[in-house]
Amino acid sequence: MSLPTPQRDEEFFKRRRRRSIALALVLVGLVVILYVLTIVKMGPAVFDRAI
Amino acid sequence: MAYLDDSRDFPAYAGGARVEDYVQLLKPRVMSLVVFTAFVGLLLAPGGVNPVIGLISILCIAVGAGASGALNMWYDSDIDRVMSRTANRPIPAGRIERDHALALGLVLSAFSVLLLGLAANWFAAGLLAFTIFFYAVIYTMWLKRSTPQNIVIGGAAGAFPPMVGWAAVTGGISLESCLLFLIIFLWTPPHFWALALYKQSDYGAAGIPMLPNVAGEAHTKLQILVYTLVLVAITLVPAFIGFGGWLYTAVAAATGFWFIVLSVRLFRTREDKAMRKAGRTLFTYSLSYLALIFVAFLADRAVTLLGISS
Repeated sequence: MSLPTPQRDEEFFKRRRRRSIALALVLVGLVVILYVLTIVKMGPAVFDRAI
Repeated sequence: MAYLDDSRDFPAYAGGARVEDYVQLLKPRVMSLVVFTAFVGLLLAPGGVNPVIGLISILCIAVGAGASGALNMWYDSDIDRVMSRTANRPIPAGRIERDHALALGLVLSAFSVLLLGLAANWFAAGLLAFTIFFYAVIYTMWLKRSTPQNIVIGGAAGAFPPMVGWAAVTGGISLESCLLFLIIFLWTPPHFWALALYKQSDYGAAGIPMLPNVAGEAHTKLQILVYTLVLVAITLVPAFIGFGGWLYTAVAAATGFWFIVLSVRLFRTREDKAMRKAGRTLFTYSLSYLALIFVAFLADRAVTLLGISS
């Protein structure tokens, strides 16, 4: 286990940022999937209700 | 794969893993085969499915397979370290901590099963959950290290995806989906024993009881031949029950014949070097063989559909 150096820190932040972006994309993807699935399952009837 | 080399001097302290390392935990190559066979199962199933729901189902099956891959790497990191083929996986190479792989595997398992239940049906979701359990617990934790028949029974885990794809459409099991299962199930032993024949020193070093180490090479070669014969016989059954048409039957017969030829060649090898070479040839061929069989199912279905519409 080597100690962090400035170069390693820079690399560390870069990797953490990439991981965060990847996780964000996965979560956005999940939201989109659930939204589309809801529309497909319920069809246009999802909007067809009395206000 | 340059990133694998320079990451060696950058251990996984406080989470230095790359995104690619997490992707590698999901065994993308196994995943691609799972996606393909599940896709075939889904398309062959009677009744058809809404394309969006079909796509989500395939995604769920793929993520479920990835999750079981992560659980497998979590549990097997000790033996992965010993084998040359697996020593560079994220955990033994020190790029990802074991607990992270476990968490990833569990979370993805739960999400894939729940989403498949919501999108398709709960029977398919249950089957997917059972598949993950079968691979991670029954195969990885129990059979792999205890019996030379490990891959025979563990192969069932790899054989479930087309069944899950089929169940996503029909909500059940049928003779046809069982045949798809059987084809992969019977294909797995000759495929992996061919690999084990030329990588046996690896498995031996890790203490995994693969057939060549336990029962000897001659016995392994015989078993490969027997499984190949049964496999080829089973691939011809669809022709008799109206599940595969002339195109499928022709491909299955031709590719099956060559599979048998290669198995016989391997069986007849006497010296070590020739055996390794024949084992390698059979292993490589078996990959294309399975792909061809499933492509033939698809092509056959396409021909039938075109024939009806024209």
